[in-house]
Amino acid sequence: MKALVSVKRVVDYNVRIQVKSDGSGVVTDGVKHSMNPFDEIAMEEAVRLKEKGKITEIIAVTIGGAKGEETLRTALAFGADRAIHIKDDGEIQPLTAAKALAAAMKKEDAKVLLCGKQAIDDDANQTAQMVASLLDIAQATFASKVEIDGDKATVVREVDAGLETLEVDLPAVISADLRLNEPRYLKLPDIMKAKKKPIETVSLGDLGVTLAAGLKTTKTAPPPSRSKGVMVKTVDELVDALKAKGLL
Amino acid sequence: MSKILIIAEHAEGKLNAGVSKTVAAAKGIGGDIHIAVLAADPAGVAAEAAKLDGVAKVITVANPANANPVAAVLAPQIVELAKDGYSHVLFPGGTFGKDLAPRVAAKLDVHQVSDIMAVHSATSFDRPTYAGNAITTVEAPAGIIVATVRLASFTAVGAGNSAAVEAATVSATLPSHTRYVKLEAQKSERPDLQSAARVVSGGRALGSSENFKVVYDFADKIGAGVGASRAAVDSGYVPNDMQVGQTGKIIAPELYFAVGISGAIQHLAGIKDARTIVAINKDPEAPIFEVADFGLVGDLFQVLPEMTSKL
Ligand SMILES: Cc1cc2nc3c(=O)[nH]c(=O)nc-3n(C[C@H](O)[C@H](O)[C@H](O)COP(=O)(O)OP(=O)(O)OC[C@H]3O[C@@H](n4cnc5c(N)ncnc54)[C@H](O)[C@@H]3O)c2cc1C
Ligand SMILES: Nc1ncnc2c1ncn2[C@@H]1O[C@H](COP(=O)(O)O)[C@@H](O)[C@H]1O
Repeated sequence: MKALVSVKRVVDYNVRIQVKSDGSGVVTDGVKHSMNPFDEIAMEEAVRLKEKGKITEIIAVTIGGAKGEETLRTALAFGADRAIHIKDDGEIQPLTAAKALAAAMKKEDAKVLLCGKQAIDDDANQTAQMVASLLDIAQATFASKVEIDGDKATVVREVDAGLETLEVDLPAVISADLRLNEPRYLKLPDIMKAKKKPIETVSLGDLGVTLAAGLKTTKTAPPPSRSKGVMVKTVDELVDALKAKGLL
Repeated sequence: MSKILIIAEHAEGKLNAGVSKTVAAAKGIGGDIHIAVLAADPAGVAAEAAKLDGVAKVITVANPANANPVAAVLAPQIVELAKDGYSHVLFPGGTFGKDLAPRVAAKLDVHQVSDIMAVHSATSFDRPTYAGNAITTVEAPAGIIVATVRLASFTAVGAGNSAAVEAATVSATLPSHTRYVKLEAQKSERPDLQSAARVVSGGRALGSSENFKVVYDFADKIGAGVGASRAAVDSGYVPNDMQVGQTGKIIAPELYFAVGISGAIQHLAGIKDARTIVAINKDPEAPIFEVADFGLVGDLFQVLPEMTSKL
């Protein structure tokens, strides 16, 4: 049983984001990029499922420009068996990514797609759900526990009210939340081995995906800044200050 | 003119408070505002929805399959409803809407606008990206607009209306590939994190679930809801649904206390809309002090009990 794992290259989560002064976007040149943290979790889960014998092959997929190869190499170091680079230099919005991933799912006849629940650049939280919708298959988003048993999966989901459990038939799309697992630390021999694993390059067109008009970003601005507050020295001072503002 | 369909989130026969805020966003767009209630027995929720100011009509879809909010089951029904000339389909932006909206958008072959935080026109919206560190203004292409609403950015509308309630039948084939098993909800007597006027959150510094008692005691003294940082949740001090931040709950209380929380950008993403932020941390260099309106450097295990006793 094959599993696909989608991995996106994003600005590293530790980077302090700078918005360009002309409002045209955020500074990404010369800034550290990494695999989307939620995709690392999805990747780790796939590897654990393979170690448990639940899946037999892991295929990492990215959609984007040439540098996406770095992210695929990271996925291969985690333990993906091979990778597909859907190469495109344009801006890939979730619906486009979803169409490409849906096509890849079909082409590979994969039984499960593991995604991150959201990419930390666009914070869209859409792609997994869209893939499931396009393929008319089950989705289990925001997963904090995944068990696969034959052609079914039982998934515990982090929802606002608590923990929800769904049982889904495979094929299905599962999106990873933070507490699904803790991704392993990559070791040098695995990184070396990953260099020899195959990456297949295809275009969106090869998969029959055409770009529809997406959302147009007309402006990017920094968030309104909060004015500098005051430091108080004692609990009494704090309580008085809050009382004075009518807050307590 | 816009014709807006809002999908009602509800549980145990009660309308979720986020729906009212979604109506506020819809009023910003302007036009006819309808709310759809898909439930096993929608009457009670529909009656609540009909009270929301600005709503012209409430549409109910009764089906035993709608007893629990399973996105794959709800989406095809919403797609059918949306075909009735709607220009916008809006969802409250909690986990319910985030799970469901893209499933609807993909079926309608449109890109989705996630987390609307401000409305410029019927087609132009602000939304947060990069954990709220960049606010982008997006223009949606022609066609139906599917969007989720960032609830912390809008204020609930009044509830003095009495809109008409109409039952609808939709002919959609519902899938059987997804089965709802259960929900383990944390029952709490404390105010709900997302609507509380005051929230006290504890971080990794609390050190254990037992130690969290100082946070609960203080919160109870001031009638506050209780939240936590990811570190506190991951360490098992508190349940996951208490996480505040980029990937937890986005909240906008009047008063927020960050106690023993360093102030990572992912945490700040969840509290940017708090009116007043108070930080208590023993490290004067902690980044949380950069955003705090009031900061106190000190040991939380001394400060919190002292606050509790002095109030
Ligand atoms: C993709 C992604 C998403 C994330 N999403 C979230 C999210 O939604 N929410 C979230 O919170 N985090 C999130 N994080 C994690 C975030 O980056 C931080 O790791 C986390 O917020 C740190 O939690 P903390 O402040 O409690 O712990 P720490 O950073 O360890 O800070 C503990 C603080 O307590 C102080 N302290 C220690 N002892 C005391 C004492 N006795 N009295 C007073 N102060 C004391 C210390 O000075 C320190 O500042 C996310 C991370 C990633 C990568
Ligand atoms: N361009 C892309 N390449 C690979 N995976 C992607 C891409 N865009 C989105 N994804 C996947 O979809 C998830 C959710 O992304 P988003 O809907 O953009 O928040 C990510 O965590 C990835 O797993």
